Amino acid sequence: MMYVPTKPLPRERERSRRASAEGEGDRVGTQPEFGTQPEPGTHHKNGAYRPAAPLPALRAALSRKAGEGYLVSWLQVSPLALILIVLFAAPTFLFLVVSFFDYDRVGIYPAFLLDNYHDLLTTPATLRVYLSSLRFAVIVWAITLFLGFNIAWFLIHHIRSAMMRTVLFLLIAIPFWTSGIIRTIAWIPFLGRNGAFNQILLALRITSQPLTFLLFSDFAVVITYVHLFTLLMVGPIANAMSKIDPALLEAARDAGASRWRTMVDVVIPLSKTGIALGSILVFTQVMGDYFVVKTMSGGQSASIVSMLSTQIQAMEYPPASANAMVLVTFVAILVAAMMLVVDVRKELVK
Amino acid sequence: MFSGPGRISGPSADRPWTFYALAALFGGWLLFLYGPMLVIYILSFQGPNGGVTFPMVGTSLTWFRDIFRPEQMANLPVAFERSIALAAVVSILTVVISVAAGLGFRRRFPGSGILFYLAVASLVMPSLLVGFGIGLGFQVLGLPHGLFTSALGAQLTWTLPFGLFTMFAVVNRFNRSYEEAANDLGASPWQRLRYVTLPILMPGIIGIAMGAFTLSYDEYARTTLTIGTRNTLPLEIYALISSDTSPTLFAIGTLTTAVSFLLIGITLAVVLRMQRRRRQLNSVPPLGSTG
Repeated sequence: MMYVPTKPLPRERERSRRASAEGEGDRVGTQPEFGTQPEPGTHHKNGAYRPAAPLPALRAALSRKAGEGYLVSWLQVSPLALILIVLFAAPTFLFLVVSFFDYDRVGIYPAFLLDNYHDLLTTPATLRVYLSSLRFAVIVWAITLFLGFNIAWFLIHHIRSAMMRTVLFLLIAIPFWTSGIIRTIAWIPFLGRNGAFNQILLALRITSQPLTFLLFSDFAVVITYVHLFTLLMVGPIANAMSKIDPALLEAARDAGASRWRTMVDVVIPLSKTGIALGSILVFTQVMGDYFVVKTMSGGQSASIVSMLSTQIQAMEYPPASANAMVLVTFVAILVAAMMLVVDVRKELVK
Repeated sequence: MFSGPGRISGPSADRPWTFYALAALFGGWLLFLYGPMLVIYILSFQGPNGGVTFPMVGTSLTWFRDIFRPEQMANLPVAFERSIALAAVVSILTVVISVAAGLGFRRRFPGSGILFYLAVASLVMPSLLVGFGIGLGFQVLGLPHGLFTSALGAQLTWTLPFGLFTMFAVVNRFNRSYEEAANDLGASPWQRLRYVTLPILMPGIIGIAMGAFTLSYDEYARTTLTIGTRNTLPLEIYALISSDTSPTLFAIGTLTTAVSFLLIGITLAVVLRMQRRRRQLNSVPPLGSTG
């Protein structure tokens, strides 16, 4: 979907082999016993430590030093784990439970009913809203990917002075310090009938009448999303690109690869983690939005979350929970699909 | 911020055509980014009788004064103070917790996979739903919603995964031989952390602190169902939009941008000065060198 896996160049393979050798080298200090040779198969080719059989894992667990290693890691991650379990996993589980409850105007009652799901999934409006959100997500994803990739490449590859690069990064990051709400409504005086954009068009005599499709339309929604979310694409991709060894690009050129082939066979495969992370962020932000659609479509389009927020305001918690569960499942499937294409974890936690 | 690969050819070499194409795209992107912002900067100086759209009816500072007037239907200064206080707490907690976790993740430990995917899920879950879940949970437990309880928790579910993933990027570039050298020189684990690991990771840690602060300061979808009655700034702005639109909102935008530029300018100046000082220190020839 996002890139075509290609055979790695010999140079790249060589590099990863070298990296894996280095990986083994600096992990010596954390081996169960100093100087112990690792079992064959315990080291993945990228250097990540993977117990292939239960025996080495068991031995490692029994070894006092490795046991302490686990313990230190556990201590270090425990605050994070605690917060995520209490504030994320538990509430999610709560609305899984509530989604089966019964309710009326006064309160909610423990039960095990599938009615909430049945009602939700048999309403034609549900399908329409999901399709509309998905369509926005795909369009915005395509645009932000194109922009984000090219902007990141320009900043990382073409800008040679580190100072200049920092200044340009700051320049594109500064608008993000202004509240997203304000940046959304900033488009209204810009795109409106008497807005700045129409005035410019009229002054330049490009149109004789102000364009009216600009504001309170799907067009306005997409424009606003692109304005809000492209930075989420630029950041991760630029981060991935900055790790590409320039010698690889030289090698590709020396081997006679065109600019385009270098891009497709070297740069894109090596930026895939950034592309995947950025895509996941943009996709889920669009799917989870309710404010932009509400404000910029002029009430013509609905979003999944705005439907949900209406239910929450009406205190209809069980159907809202069912709706939430369906949305969560949907988003989880999308993210899982992207993670299948690119093993983000392997790339991130080296 | 990012250290990209340097080109082998010098700066005087001819630029390929792709450079000009991408430079044009980048310029266009900046116009797109700042175009509507410029409009609100201009409109924030709207005269007292003007509205939120063109034309301008005179110019004034009325709307800037409005921001600081608490008897308005929204109390912006107090909301601003709350936002800053919350963002500061969120930022500190995010740095401490995600730096510790990032260091912990350098070793593969039992449960690391589950925790990783939990963090991913927390990041990608639609924000309003997280707020809804936490709000509902507090309600079920009979706890009151509050700024530093439920709202703080809701924001942490968003800033912590962000901090953790930034730490992954930071730690990836960290060369562990520095730690081994510290070990070999007889440093205790604490000394190693204090004098070797943390100073090297410092730019990344500052990045996490600033990122978490920004995310928290801007956040409304997770906060709206967990805050209770005392609103943060984004929620006050949200309330202002639904009640009536006045150029006050634009004035807030202008003020925010001005302050951002000021802060970034100061930071850049400090960084430049530190670099110059470091260069001066480095230019002292090491002992025994002939040149």
